[in-house]
Amino acid sequence: MNKYIYYPGCSMEGSARAYAESLSQVAKILDMELATVRDWNCCGATEYLSINLIPAYSLIARNLAIAAGQVNGTNELMAPCSACYLNLEKADYYMAERPALGEKVNEALAAGGLHYKPGSLQIRHLVDVLVNDIGLDVIKSKVVRPLTGLRIAPYLGCMVPRPDYQHRWSDHEYPLELDDLMHVLGAEVIDFPLKTDCCGGHMSQIAPETAYELIRRLVSEADEYQADLMVTVCPMCQMNLDAYQGEANRFFGTKYQMPIVFFTQLMALAFGIDAKSAGFGLELVSAKKALARIGVEAPAPEPASPRRKPDGLPMPPHRRKKYASGREASDEKIAVAE
Amino acid sequence: MAQTKTASLTKGAGFKKQEDLTLLNEVSSATAGVSHLEMCIQCGTCGGSCPSAADMDHTPRALFAMLRAGMRDEVLHSNTPWMCVSCYHCVVRCPQEVHIADVMYTLKSMAIKAHQYKDNTAPDFSQTFVDNIEAFGRSYELGLAGRFYLQHQPLRLPGMAGMGWGMLSSRRMNILPSRIEQIDQLKAILTKAKTLELTS
Repeated sequence: MNKYIYYPGCSMEGSARAYAESLSQVAKILDMELATVRDWNCCGATEYLSINLIPAYSLIARNLAIAAGQVNGTNELMAPCSACYLNLEKADYYMAERPALGEKVNEALAAGGLHYKPGSLQIRHLVDVLVNDIGLDVIKSKVVRPLTGLRIAPYLGCMVPRPDYQHRWSDHEYPLELDDLMHVLGAEVIDFPLKTDCCGGHMSQIAPETAYELIRRLVSEADEYQADLMVTVCPMCQMNLDAYQGEANRFFGTKYQMPIVFFTQLMALAFGIDAKSAGFGLELVSAKKALARIGVEAPAPEPASPRRKPDGLPMPPHRRKKYASGREASDEKIAVAE
Repeated sequence: MAQTKTASLTKGAGFKKQEDLTLLNEVSSATAGVSHLEMCIQCGTCGGSCPSAADMDHTPRALFAMLRAGMRDEVLHSNTPWMCVSCYHCVVRCPQEVHIADVMYTLKSMAIKAHQYKDNTAPDFSQTFVDNIEAFGRSYELGLAGRFYLQHQPLRLPGMAGMGWGMLSSRRMNILPSRIEQIDQLKAILTKAKTLELTS
């Protein structure tokens, strides 16, 4: 039995429900005990740090203090979300590196009757835990439905291998842990060059054109390598590449249909779990065709579109000409909200 | 001749501006961790590694030179920190180990405090996100999206209707916010935290 203190993070209850559901299946099969941080709060993502430093770190540290208080046979705090993982690790690391920060944060925590001593917890990401604690051999031994013939682009994103304060990863820019993990599931793993490039983060909200270009780079590269799907380890990456793929397509006049799923969903499938329980059907770009390649029937996707006028409302003009690279823009009109 | 020239240089004669590292030190000390900002050697690895550099007013390298030169208004007006995607490519490549992404966070909060940003889209997004956390203890995507898009990007909404519906109907976006139990404790912590600053 491998025990972890578990910090889910807000997305796991909403946009990354597929991640949460598949993780609970995978954890059961791998005999992992996950003790959720009691009454955990949001980590602040990349937003609170821009507003006010001490409150931002105090927000994160409330979780650390509570987690450290429920240490029971383990001091390993595991987070599946990249941004949560980085924030937790960052607070723990900086509170030690800069004692003045630690003191101020603890002064704030004291107002809520809490205290956190930096270094009390080991902060880990789910992929790290699976590859380095559970081990690829054990994972391989649980595979009953190898993903033979499924071409996967493994996409780790930024905030897991970087900045990597505790040197947990084989490389900052080209780590192979996720590749290896997908490989033992029997999948055909593409040597994906952009495996730790950026998905655009919150730019999909505040500067969409910047985000569209970053999304295009990733999706078009995966498409060029003829991937059936991309796997991600992060709710933010999944959201950007899946939910905003349609908008990016409209912006560039492209037609990519690259399914973006969480790596735990494929683990669950390979462990013999049915597609619905593995969280399939929740992705907006359907993974149905990809699953058919391994003989798995996907659950019917949710109704995709509300009532709308045939051409929608007027949109700002496309700027597709500016970007010459990538698949050539077709002049056919891409259906709005396909 | 040679002697005269050396003497005038040491006295700083001929230079109108004096080196003033107040701004550099202020930013460095307000950054979490040990920023190493003063160690920047202007190599430009950061800008060369940056996926959003093309959309920035200044590359991070240029911005750090401006910090050293004390160009407060120009730095705080620059969109550079707001275009940072926190991908940490520059951070792991920087030969001087400058905590570049964290310096960007510091500059954003300084610009907000001084009301010196050029465009309020990004600050409003961050503030709306934070308002939700302070009210509920958790992020609230529908509330965030609703308030933010209506205010800043209403033209985007029609094109996003299908996606929004997909998110709601698959329950990937919750109608109501979820709340933590000990919200009063969190509020007490944050209220206290807001009275504290990192200066030394």
